[in-house]
Amino acid sequence: MLTKRIIPCLDVKEGRVVKGVNFLGLRDAGDPVALAAAYDAQGADELVFLDITASHEARGLLFDLAARVAEQVFIPFTVGGGIASVDDFRRILATGADKVSVNSAALKNPDLIRAASERFGSQCVVVAIDPKRTGDTKSGWEVHVHGGRTKTGVDALEWAERVYQLGAGEILLTSMDADGTKAGYDLPMTRAVADLVPIPVIASGGAGTPAHLADALTKGGASAVLLSSILHYGEFTVAQIKEHLSTQGLPIRRASIG
Amino acid sequence: MPAPTIAIIDYGVGNLRSVQKAFAAEGHEAIVTRDAGAIRESERVVLPGVGAFGAAIDTLRASGLESVTLDAAHSGRPFLGICVGMQLLFSEGEEMGRHRGLDLVPGRVLRFDEANLGPAARGVKVPQIGWNALRFTENGRQSGLFAGLENANDGAMVYFVHSYFCAPDSTDTVAATTDFIAPYCSAVARGTIYGVQFHPEKSGTVGLRILDNFARMPVPSPVPPSVLTPA
Repeated sequence: MLTKRIIPCLDVKEGRVVKGVNFLGLRDAGDPVALAAAYDAQGADELVFLDITASHEARGLLFDLAARVAEQVFIPFTVGGGIASVDDFRRILATGADKVSVNSAALKNPDLIRAASERFGSQCVVVAIDPKRTGDTKSGWEVHVHGGRTKTGVDALEWAERVYQLGAGEILLTSMDADGTKAGYDLPMTRAVADLVPIPVIASGGAGTPAHLADALTKGGASAVLLSSILHYGEFTVAQIKEHLSTQGLPIRRASIG
Repeated sequence: MPAPTIAIIDYGVGNLRSVQKAFAAEGHEAIVTRDAGAIRESERVVLPGVGAFGAAIDTLRASGLESVTLDAAHSGRPFLGICVGMQLLFSEGEEMGRHRGLDLVPGRVLRFDEANLGPAARGVKVPQIGWNALRFTENGRQSGLFAGLENANDGAMVYFVHSYFCAPDSTDTVAATTDFIAPYCSAVARGTIYGVQFHPEKSGTVGLRILDNFARMPVPSPVPPSVLTPA
C-alpha cells in the first residue's frame, strides 16, 4: 500500500541550513549534508531544501549544496527558491536532485511549468502555492507571493487546476494563514485542492502536533506533509511523528535497515 | 576481457548521476556512457529511463544504442532496467499510442486507470508517488537481486514514481509485486535480465542493497580470445 510521506523542509541561505535542528552528536547543524543524513536516518521519506535568499549570486551555492546532498543521501529530495528558468531546472536535476519547486516565477511565467515538465517530466515539477484567505477571489483563497506579503489577485483553486493542466506533478500547498501558528493545517483549503486535482498535494503550514499531521493526511486529503518548525524546535522527531501516525492506522513507512 | 565496470546507458533521458552515485556509495565503479564500445566491454549494464515509454524508446532508437542494448541483455551479463528502463524491456507500451519495446520480457505496459484496473482505480491519484512495499516471488528470491531483504516483510519499502505498470504475459518472470489499486508486477527477473519499477538509487538502505546485489551478480567467464579470432 502506498504510504503517506513525511517530508522535513530545510531552509537554506548561501548553501547553509538556517533554522536547523540540533541533532545530538551533530557537529555542524548548518551543514545540509549532515542534517539530510540525520533526517534520513530518522525515517524521513523525502527532503525539501528551500533557498530563502533566492538571490542570483547564491545560485551557485545552491547547486553545490544539491550535489553534495546527492553524494550521500539516497532518498528523494526537492530543491526550490528563486528557480526561474528551464536552465535552472536542468542544473539542479543534473546534481542528482529529484524535483524542483517553483513558486513566483511560475505565476509570472506559467509556461515555465509546461516547458520544464515537457523537457524533464512532470514527476520533477513541484509547484508551490501560498494562498491566504482574503475573500477577494472566487474561492476566497488568494495566491500570495513573497512569504504571504504580496497579493496576486489569482484564485488558489483556479491556479491549482491550471498548474496541473500545465504539467505540474505535485502541489506544495502552504496556508499563509496557518503558517507559523502551530494551530493546525487549513484543512478545508487542503481538502478543496486535493479533491480538485488528480496529482498529489503536499500540505504545509500550521503543524504543531502529530495529530495535526494526521488530520491533514485524512480530513485534508493530502498525500504528504511538509514539516518545518515542528521539527526545527526539537519538539518532535520524524520517528516519533511516524510512530504516532502509524498508531492512528495511517499507512506509514517505518524506517528499517535493509 | 571486460573491464570490471557497470555501464549506465546514457541515451539522453533521465537523471543518471544519482544511479552512479548510489553505486559509488556501495563501492562500485559505474560509468555513464553513450559509447557502444564501452557498453559492450562493461561487465554489467544498467538501462535507466524516465518520462513516457514512447519518447524513451524513440530516444533509445534514435541514439543508435538499441542494438548494443539488446546484445548486452542477451550476452548473459547482468542487465538491469530501472523505472521506464524496466518498462522498455517489455514487448509493448501503450503510453501515448502503441509502441514496440525491446521485447526481452513478453508482456505489456499499461496505465493505472479504470480501463485496465476497473472501478478500483476511480479517484486514485496517479502517478503513484512515494514509498511502497515489495512482496518477493519465488523467482525474485532465487534471482539474488533481493538477497538480504527476504525477511524484511513490510520493511522492504522502496520509492516509486510512475503512472504505467508492467503486465508480464507469464507470472514466471515476476520477481516482486506491489499493491497500488491492485497487486502489480514491480520487479522482473528473467535469466540475467532484471527490471525494477522503483528507484533503487532513491530507496535508502533497501535500494542500495539491491544495487549492491546487482553489482555482485556472477558474470559469465570471458570467452577465450582464440574462439573470437578466426583461424
